[in-house]
Amino acid sequence: MSEVNHWRRVVLWWLLASAVMTPIVVFVLGPGLPPGNGTVESSGQVVDNTVLLAVSTPVALAVIVYFVYAIVAFREPKPETVVDGPPIRGHAQIQMWWLIVTTGIVLFLAGYGTVRLLADGSGGGQGPNPIAAPAGASHALQVQVIAQQWKFTYRWPGYGGVETPTLELPTNETVQFNVTSLDVIHSFWAYQLGVKADANPGINNIAYVTTKGPLTFNVRCAELCGVWHGYMFDTGRVVPKSEWARWIVRQRILYAPATKLLAPYAKQYFPMPTRRGG
Amino acid sequence: MDQGSSAKKLIGIGLGAAIVCVLLGLYIGLYLTNVPGAASATTTPTGARLYLAAVPAAALDDPHPTWVSYYKTSATATNWQHVTTYDLPAHSLVRITIYTYDSQTGLRNPFISQVTGAVGGTFTLGGTGLKTKVLKTIYPITASHVFAIPQWGVSVPLLGVSGNAKNQCANAPCSLSQAHTTTTFTIRTPGPGLYRWQCFVPCAAGFIQGFGGPMQTVGYMDGYIKIA
Repeated sequence: MSEVNHWRRVVLWWLLASAVMTPIVVFVLGPGLPPGNGTVESSGQVVDNTVLLAVSTPVALAVIVYFVYAIVAFREPKPETVVDGPPIRGHAQIQMWWLIVTTGIVLFLAGYGTVRLLADGSGGGQGPNPIAAPAGASHALQVQVIAQQWKFTYRWPGYGGVETPTLELPTNETVQFNVTSLDVIHSFWAYQLGVKADANPGINNIAYVTTKGPLTFNVRCAELCGVWHGYMFDTGRVVPKSEWARWIVRQRILYAPATKLLAPYAKQYFPMPTRRGG
Repeated sequence: MDQGSSAKKLIGIGLGAAIVCVLLGLYIGLYLTNVPGAASATTTPTGARLYLAAVPAAALDDPHPTWVSYYKTSATATNWQHVTTYDLPAHSLVRITIYTYDSQTGLRNPFISQVTGAVGGTFTLGGTGLKTKVLKTIYPITASHVFAIPQWGVSVPLLGVSGNAKNQCANAPCSLSQAHTTTTFTIRTPGPGLYRWQCFVPCAAGFIQGFGGPMQTVGYMDGYIKIA
């Protein structure tokens, strides 16, 4: 059997496998990919992950099909008769297609990623001057995320500057997270919201999210920050707007004594004291 | 290679793999079961009581005699034990008293100056030269330490001893005749489990931003609550 026939067979098997597996990946596996559909941003990330998986499926299948084909077609039942074949010195056609395909995949992914990031920021931290604000960002609910070793607290500049130890958000609302730290580098990762933003001392790192329906989400620190980093987690909720309105009123009453003692609201706080005073 | 040498090689590889597996199992087993020594709360007819002390420096014979630290003590501030893992009963009210002998450092986040998670949302503050009061907050800059169990939402600020106070304690153990503040509060414990507690004041002298050394070491300003 000639070499050309082997290639043709491998390509045909690969096309068949890709035609079967890629739709399965997109339509069966895709909807269940993380981080879920809790917010507009997380839904976008599900689509992004589906696209990445759809692109990588034919690539992975090419390796698997070639591997299995080689095992089946070139198996030698009598190992003692095996001799080394002639050396192969270059194959212009293979090299050309390798470059074309890999370059095409990389450029497509770079372009796709750029377009998606510029659309709404994809829930990522964009620094103090975001360039990819979603629709509705101008009247977004402002929430300051304050990280410290080893706990997140949340401050609400539109509600008397009250600070809360837990995070609750209203449904169907665009939220602007202003993420900062009082000590070392942390990372605010609200998994089901599709939000992840570094928390750096002295920096306001802005991330957006647009909530949908009620949801319970996990908040974790995603930057190794000391002995209790593994315990720096919490649970938050997205609740109906009327319930959230009652919650923020309760928080303002409950934490009124501490609110009087807080520093005026600012985009970031210089961590004072920076060393032990006593 | 003849069959004899192949068999020896296989036995050698098998033995080596078995030894590695046993060592890995031992390491993981010891890691999972290695919980620091614990001290139990005192049981009284009115419920469990836990007496702690926060000192500016551990005992002189401690491996880190300059490190700030918590200790387990008694109602009369005797019988000091350098442990920061505490056994508490499940689903119970536990009254905790903390004698603070350290001076004022200040909170990095003033929000933590308000007590949270304590029964009644208050704590009782007294001590040397202080009139006993029931409070919700202290001034953030006067905080010496915090006793916080973040998983339970418990956080209680501890007022520091004034820098001008006479008869200050330098190293553990200290006595009630020395300058101190007394903070008392009650918490309700959850079900069985191992929970962590920590201080939130950047009180580690000589470490960058006051959060190194004892603040990062279980046995000084961090520890566990074991609920049986």
